[in-house]
Amino acid sequence: MIAKEKENFAIELNNVSVSYGSNRALSNTSISIPYKTFSGVIGMNGAGKSTLFKVIMGLVKPDSGKVLVCGDQPGTAQKHGHVAYVPQTELVDWDFPVSVYDVVMMGRIGLQNIFKTRSQEDRELVDEALNKVKMYQFKDRQIGELSGGQKKRVFVARALAQGADILILDEPFAGLDAISERSLTDLLVALKNEGKTIILATHELTSLSDHCDHVALVKHTVLAYGPTKEVFTKELVSQAFDGIMHNIKFER
Amino acid sequence: MEIFQFILEPLQYPFMLKAVLVSAVVGATCAILSCFLILKGWSLLGDAISHAVLPGVVIAYLIGIPFSVGAFFFALLAVLMIGLIKNNTKIKEDAIMGIVFTTLFALGLIMISRVTSTVDLTHVLFGYVLGISDLAAWYTIGVLTLVSIIILAFRRSFLIFCFDPTHAQSVGMPIRFIHYAFLVLLAITITGSLQTVGIILVIAMLITPGSTAFLLTKKFSTMLKIAVVVSVVSSVVGAYISYYKDISTGGAIVFIQGCIFLAVFLYQTMMSNKKKTEPLLS
Repeated sequence: MIAKEKENFAIELNNVSVSYGSNRALSNTSISIPYKTFSGVIGMNGAGKSTLFKVIMGLVKPDSGKVLVCGDQPGTAQKHGHVAYVPQTELVDWDFPVSVYDVVMMGRIGLQNIFKTRSQEDRELVDEALNKVKMYQFKDRQIGELSGGQKKRVFVARALAQGADILILDEPFAGLDAISERSLTDLLVALKNEGKTIILATHELTSLSDHCDHVALVKHTVLAYGPTKEVFTKELVSQAFDGIMHNIKFER
Repeated sequence: MEIFQFILEPLQYPFMLKAVLVSAVVGATCAILSCFLILKGWSLLGDAISHAVLPGVVIAYLIGIPFSVGAFFFALLAVLMIGLIKNNTKIKEDAIMGIVFTTLFALGLIMISRVTSTVDLTHVLFGYVLGISDLAAWYTIGVLTLVSIIILAFRRSFLIFCFDPTHAQSVGMPIRFIHYAFLVLLAITITGSLQTVGIILVIAMLITPGSTAFLLTKKFSTMLKIAVVVSVVSSVVGAYISYYKDISTGGAIVFIQGCIFLAVFLYQTMMSNKKKTEPLLS
């Protein structure tokens, strides 16, 4: 019974603490993110959002506490490719001589043999993912020759080719114009409706409540997590941002 | 027919045949590595390793073991020292590399100044492929060919290691192992190339061909091919020029590579300026 209950959550952190040297990034952090939800993770710079993501992806081992991803240890979840990461735009070398197709194919790399030979199935899944994000026609382009919104969609396609159930996006709207942001949001909502769990870090507090059904407030721990209407309140958000907020409309 | 004579005549001499073969293999291996190295942004690390091996070479000379063995040992020592200091201080990696490689290089210079017969050792500093021994030649060709095969066989893993190590790690690839495997292959290549171009110039072999190719293409597989062709041509032509004109082989090879890079750069700049002005004219 307990085991079954656990499987209802895509991500489960229980009392997790992480330190880098003497710097404590996360203290006694607990959060349970249900499957098929769209969660916005908000907090100031250096509040521990990236560390939270790294713990979920199994890149950082917590000093204490328990982490379950799709009911598995992070290491096991890694091997199954459960979690995919869409990096911040500034962290990608856009001059790198790889095509859109090459990047999406990298989603398959965890499942390929040591020589990373591409199977027929790999090719089919990559084509499918490219079609899904409407980037198939650009598949031979070098990644630097894309618009900001297209660049994001390539990495979403990589996550789909990986077969990930959980998509983590770090500041996906940074530098996007309103139209690109809209179309990326529509794509993510559509993926959520198909059963994916979407988790994104953002500064864009204004449009957050439109598409996120859940919100996590982070300040060296998860201050609050739950349905947007309950958590995205002036009182709680101002706690996460030390009271510094500009003209954000709250429903409550 | 004169051109055939020009090409074939030097090859009657075993030393020249060896020199051309070794230079070509060194050129090809360095070119393959250079494509990864410049994309990873590790050019300075190559420079650091190549300088840091000098004490190892002197020690190898003194106790009579192959140069590359001593060099390889110090290459690993340099990499470990850089990693150790980086993980325990706030100093940025480029500064640490600068400190480590200059200190080890200085140690090498001190050791050389105390060794009476310095002829062989200056060959290590500046390269002397025309005087390479049979054993060293076969060792270099064998080891570097193996390095090339390994890198090409695992090129997709190395490429993703350069492009997006976070993703690679998040799907469970052994990224630390790949990291150290790449460093070891780099160290082997540098130590294997010493006799051809020398400690001071080997870094050019590890940066220039990849950079030239990067200017010319946006496809990695094409980049590899261009880099290898440019590098092997430079190496062979350099060996011939050094034979006919009696000049430093390493110097000739690296200078030709630099000239090719410059020519490609000027061509590219001219073409892009042309493109910019065209719409205005039409």
